Formats: sequence, structure tokens, C-alpha cells
Amino acid sequence: MSGEQTFLLDGKEIPFRDGDTIMDAALRAKAYIPHLCHNPEFAPHGSCRVCVVDIDGSNVSACTQPAAPGLNVDNSSTAITDERRALLQMLFVEGNHICPGCEKSGACQLQAVAYYTNMLAPHFTHFFPRRALDASHPEIAIDFNRCILCELCVRASHDVDGKDVFAISGRGIGSRLVINSPSGKLGDSTFSATDKAAHVCPVGAILPKNKGYEQPIGKRLYDQQPISVVGDVAAHEQEGDSHGE
Amino acid sequence: MQEFGNVDEFVGQLMAGGGKHPGQLLQYLYALQYRYSCIPPHAIELLATQLQLPAARIHGVIEFYSFLHTTPRGAYDILFSDSITDHMLGSRELLAEFCRLLGVQPGEPRGDGRVSVDVTSCTGICDQGPALLVNGWAVARLDADRIEAIAALIEAGTAVADWPREFFDIQDNILRRDLLLNDTGGAGAALQALRERGADAVLEALDASGLRGRGGAGFKTATKWRFCCEANAQQRYVVCNADEGEPGTFKDRVLLNSYADRVFEGMTLCAGLIGASEGFLYLRGEYRYLQAPLDAVLERRRQDGLLGSSILGEDGFDFDITIHMGAGAYICGEESALIESLEGKRGVPRKRPPFPVTNGYRNLPTVVNNVETFMAAARIAVDGADWFRAVGTGESTGTKVLSISGDCSRPGIYEYPFGVSIAQILEDCGGTDAQAVQVAGAAGSTVPASEFGRSIAFEDCATAGSLMVFGPQRDLLDMVQNFAHFFVHESCGFCTPCRVGGALLKDLVDKVCAGRAGDYDLQEMQAIGDLMRNTSHCGLGTTAANPVLETLHKFPEIYKQRLAGGDYGPAFDLDAALEEARAITGRDDAGAHLKVES
Repeated sequence: MSGEQTFLLDGKEIPFRDGDTIMDAALRAKAYIPHLCHNPEFAPHGSCRVCVVDIDGSNVSACTQPAAPGLNVDNSSTAITDERRALLQMLFVEGNHICPGCEKSGACQLQAVAYYTNMLAPHFTHFFPRRALDASHPEIAIDFNRCILCELCVRASHDVDGKDVFAISGRGIGSRLVINSPSGKLGDSTFSATDKAAHVCPVGAILPKNKGYEQPIGKRLYDQQPISVVGDVAAHEQEGDSHGE
Repeated sequence: MQEFGNVDEFVGQLMAGGGKHPGQLLQYLYALQYRYSCIPPHAIELLATQLQLPAARIHGVIEFYSFLHTTPRGAYDILFSDSITDHMLGSRELLAEFCRLLGVQPGEPRGDGRVSVDVTSCTGICDQGPALLVNGWAVARLDADRIEAIAALIEAGTAVADWPREFFDIQDNILRRDLLLNDTGGAGAALQALRERGADAVLEALDASGLRGRGGAGFKTATKWRFCCEANAQQRYVVCNADEGEPGTFKDRVLLNSYADRVFEGMTLCAGLIGASEGFLYLRGEYRYLQAPLDAVLERRRQDGLLGSSILGEDGFDFDITIHMGAGAYICGEESALIESLEGKRGVPRKRPPFPVTNGYRNLPTVVNNVETFMAAARIAVDGADWFRAVGTGESTGTKVLSISGDCSRPGIYEYPFGVSIAQILEDCGGTDAQAVQVAGAAGSTVPASEFGRSIAFEDCATAGSLMVFGPQRDLLDMVQNFAHFFVHESCGFCTPCRVGGALLKDLVDKVCAGRAGDYDLQEMQAIGDLMRNTSHCGLGTTAANPVLETLHKFPEIYKQRLAGGDYGPAFDLDAALEEARAITGRDDAGAHLKVES
């Protein structure tokens, strides 16, 4: 029976299974709900709030909200898009996101979702936080300026790699990603470029070293088609790996 | 390099006492903090090894809780309560004078390591403030003399244990008693009732009484207990939420000070009804001085057969209660964050659903209720549903214990039947000239004088107990600013709208207070506040903008009178920002200044 259950997403019927969230069902049906901290390989997190949808006048995060028969989910009204854009703008001003100088530009999910919501400027006052860059690891560099606290690397290192290389410290606006090593540096940790945690960052915070701009600007994942069509960058990165790129 | 003596030995003792459980992490850190005035680096290494936790995660826990530090505080670590009611009683002036007397800067330990002075969120002593904590112990009724005496004791190196006892005298100040506070019954009555009448009948009475959670949300208590009972599990837990962090709330402090038996009785009753064998009282770190007396009450109850194994001699009725200390995190008053904290983690609220009644402590069914709720439940078991329903309103039965502070002549604890009007309360507490009252604390609502006919009830002004009175002389914008800063300090940082939106909102409030804001900024505040309310992960985020949104709507004049004029201006003084450039270039002529247009 469970295969026949459906809910409405922007008026379109979406089938779902028992235990699905709205996001699970939408991803399977290839209906795009913008998101950043969600990656279907990991347990839902619900922290970025970019997947906010409206159900009967209440805002919920699609990645954590259980699907239920007959729900009427609004994923694209002006109000929802405005909220998402404001949340993205907040993420932009919280860190230091200088797209023209970022190796991830064009394949960055934050940037791609921002385009998708027609974000033209960061709007809010920049925080301009002073954050360090950690280039101590031979294979991977971390630029904390770009971290959006999605905790995907934290989750991947814990759930998949079994290493707990990353953790969140601080509180509130002082929350920050930290590295589990005696010096607090990545080079001093057990991290490896083959770790799952090295391939889940939706932004340009965790980047491979010793190569750059192999794919020219203009030919990158989100340069050709919008994120609503091509999906998460992490999924493509794994494909790339499996093809030996 | 600071030397920390006997860290290995001390951590060894902690491990021996706590059974090397990672869930005890926060309790270990709390003990270390008060032993060493910080968590020594070597202790973190030892804990990481012994508890098999990543050191970074332990750092994450330390940095989450305001009372835990990785670098030493002063030997006397002083925290002034920073609630708006403390401000109104002159706390900031006293803090400045105290720092001057001791030659110390707020936030930084003095050079000799003797003393550090800082502020902390509301310490729950608002009716006898201003208040401070010294190494976690509360001192009330600060004035110039007391500040001077404390500074002298610190300079003399007098141990806190040898300070005058009256400094630590925290009064109950109960000024109106009703159903709960009139209680004179003996310990064990509710458990006797449970034995005599049976679980079904007691739960039935609880249901019929209409009792709803006193923590503010107002979920029906009998329903919550039934859900927990019906959840499929071998083990269940009872948790009492005594993390009374809402600014202006202090009634749980009084209930735990003078009615602890009733509270523990309610918890034990709940355990008997749902089949739990383990319970916790999560006590906010600010109430450190209540820990030992509460432990003594627990011990007495064990001696009297009211706690432990075979309660009241009944085979299989085993239940015990442990006190868990919080360490300075308002968010832990949110029940799922409280459970995370009980498990020794950062107090980040969980996703809902699932709810704690099915997936709570250790992912097992857990009842989390407020101190006052457990107390009321114990009384209902004895005196019945009709006794309780006889007062209050249809939707809000029984009474509510209120903590009243601010501009009134008789601040303190007042227990009223639900449905009492704010006007009546103000008359009783001597605050009739108020321009506004803040009901339910920083996250609550601002009620103007024109609405004093409104009543305290779930269906009107719902509150966990905080009621702050603002007299005609106050600028309500000071309150808004205090709360905006409070929420930035207390946001857990998990979700974007609360973490970033809250900080943006605070900056805009500061801009208004500095007289630099324009109309556009007010629209921005409204938009950011709406976004926080609509999209945040938990109740803190959805209510954090309330003070701004409520006052923008009800008290627009407090903003308008501070506007700079014009649509938009910068948040800083443009000409002052050029000072550094002038200093570097050695210029101070008219051309090196921005023209000020009049």
C-alpha cells in the first residue's frame, strides 16, 4: 500500500514511501527543492533552512519533515523564494565568499542556489570575519572563510570514515568548524584526500591542493545548467572520481 | 605557563565517581572548571582517552557552555547578572565601580590572576538584585557597600567559603500563595495515593484536572505521560527541567528551595505511572547553591523509602533521581537541547519529530516537564481533579506561580489562579504606574498599559512565569537592546536564521540606539524578525525576534524618536572612521574631514 501514497508539491503529485521526508520523495521524483546541508547519503540535518517549504501556512524544512498523504507543499511561491534568498544572503555575509577568486566558482552549491533564487547581491551588512586558511595538509586545503556550517564533513568523517576529523565548536555567531588534531591543524590529523569527508563540501571550504582551474570557468557544473537540473555538486564529484578524473 | 596540580588524580577521581560514561562529560567538565578555574589541556587529553571521545568534540562542548573555559579565569571569577532588571537596579554602574576598585577590565582576568569580572545572562535573582555569581555561588542585593566589601575580601584573599553568610542569603519572597504554595502536606502523600487508587485512576485524575505544562508551551501533562507510557521500549526516563533561564524567571528557584519534596514526589509519581526507573533534575548552573540541599532532600527521601528500590515497600517500584548541572546555556531549557546536554553534548535542539516522549534521553521514551508541573501533578494525585479545576479558566486550569520583578514596590513570587488580569497583578505588586509589562521573558510579549485588562492564561498571555514591570521612566528600547544581545549570546548557532539573523538584528537595534538608523532599517528589522520567526529550527529562534517585532508594532514611537532622519545612513560615524588615515598622514585640516551637512 505504501507505494501509492502521494502528496502535492507545487500542485504536482509526488509519490512517497513510509519513512520518507518531503525531501526524500522530491529527490526521487526529480523535483528540485533547494538545499545546502542536505545530502541524501546522510541523515537529515535541517540547519541551513534553505529547503524551507510552506505547508498550510507553516514553514518547515523539507529535509526533516515527514511526508504524509495529502500534504499540500508550496515550494516555489514568491514568499518562499524570498525567504530562501534572505537565508542565502545571510550565509554570504556571515563568511567571506569572494566568488571571482574562488576555485569552486561555477561548481559551488551556495552560488548555484543563490542564482536559482535570483539573488543579485548579498544585501545584508557583511560581517567580514577574520578566519584563517589551513594549508597544512599535503593534499587538501581548508578555507574557513567559505564554511557555511552544514556539518557534512563532520558527518562524513564520523559516519563513513570513522575518523571524527571535524567537529563544531563555539556557539551562536561564534560557531566554527574545528579539526581534531593536537595542533588543531588539518595536516596534523588523520585526514586523507580519499576520505568521504573530502568530497562532500557544498562550497569551496575543503579543496584539493596541487591543482586548480582544470575545468575552465564557463564549463563548470552550474555554468551550463541550473542546479535544479544537475543537482548536488557532491554527487557529481563522486561520479568524477569513479571515472578516474 | 600555568601549573595545574594533580590533574591526573582529579580526573581519576571523576572517572571513579562517574563510571567513565561519555554522557557524564558535562558533569566532569563542570567539576574541573570549579577546581581549576578552567579545563586544563591535560584534562582534555585524559578525558578524550578515558571516554574515547575526539578531543575536538570535548573542545566543542567546552566552548558551547558559558561557564566553561579553556584558559583560566581569575581565582575569584565574578559574573554580574546582565538581565534588564539588574540594569534597572544599577548593575552596570556597580560593575564599573567594582572593576575600578579592583583594577580589572571586564572580560579579562587581572594580571596577577586573582580576579576576573564579566557579565552573564539573568541569574534568576531579579526580585533581590542586582546579583552576581562568585565562582558559581550567588550573591544578591548588591549595592555600593557590598561591592566594596567584596572587593576587599578578594584583595585580602579570603576564601569564598569564609565570606559573610548574609551575602549568600537568597530569599524566597513568596508574596501570594494559592493551591500549590499553601501546601503543608507531608512527603509521600502522592505516592500513597498512587498505591491506594492505582495508576489508572491517578492518570485519569491528572487528565480530568486539565493540567498543562508550566514551562510555557502548555502541552497537556496526562497526554504527554500517556504517550511516553505507550511508546514501545524497555526503559523510560523522567526529566525535570530546572534550567530556568528565561530572563525574569525565578519561581523554580523558590520551588526547589522550599518545595523540593513536592517536585521529587511529582517526578516519582510520573515514574510510577510510566514505568521509569531513572530520573534527572537538570539544574541550571546559576543555581549551584541549590545542588547540595537538593541532594540532601534526595538522600532523605531514599532513607524514608520514597526513592530508590521498592518505593513504599512495593516490589518493582524502583526509581532514583540524579541532579545534572547545566553550565550556562539558555538553550538547554528547550527540552531536546536539555536532553542533548544530559547526554554530555552541546545543547543543540534536535529535529522534531520524533519527540522526546518516544525518542528522548538515550533515544528512549522520556517525559520532560517543568518543576512546577511535577509539583502540581503530585498535588492532583492527592487532592483530585476537582480541587485543581476549581480555580483557573476552562482552558487553563489551576494556578500559575509568577516571578515578578522590575519597577514595582513588592517584587517576588506570586501564585495566582489562571485568568488573573495584569492590572490586578500590578495592583498587588505595587506597579500600577507601569507603561508596559514584559510577559514570559525575553522571548515573550510586551504588553502596553492599554492592554492591562488581559489575563495570564494559555489562551491569552501565556507565560512560564516571568513578568517584568517597566515604569513610566524607562526607555523600552533599553529592554529591546538587552534582549537582542541576550539572544545573540544564547543562540546555539545551529540554524542560519537564528545564528546570522539574530546577529544582524542586534546590530540594527544597536544602530537605532546609537541614533544612526533610518526608516529603511526599521523595515529591515521587521523583515529579519519575520524570517527568524518563520524559518528557525527551534523555539529560541522563532521567538528571539519577538521583543523587536512586538515593540515595532506596539511602541513605534520608541524607535521613531531615535531615528536619524532620512531613509538610510551608515551604522558608524564616517568622519570618525577617517581618524586613522588622518593620524597616518599627519593631517587634520578641513579637507581631511568629511563635510557635515546640517
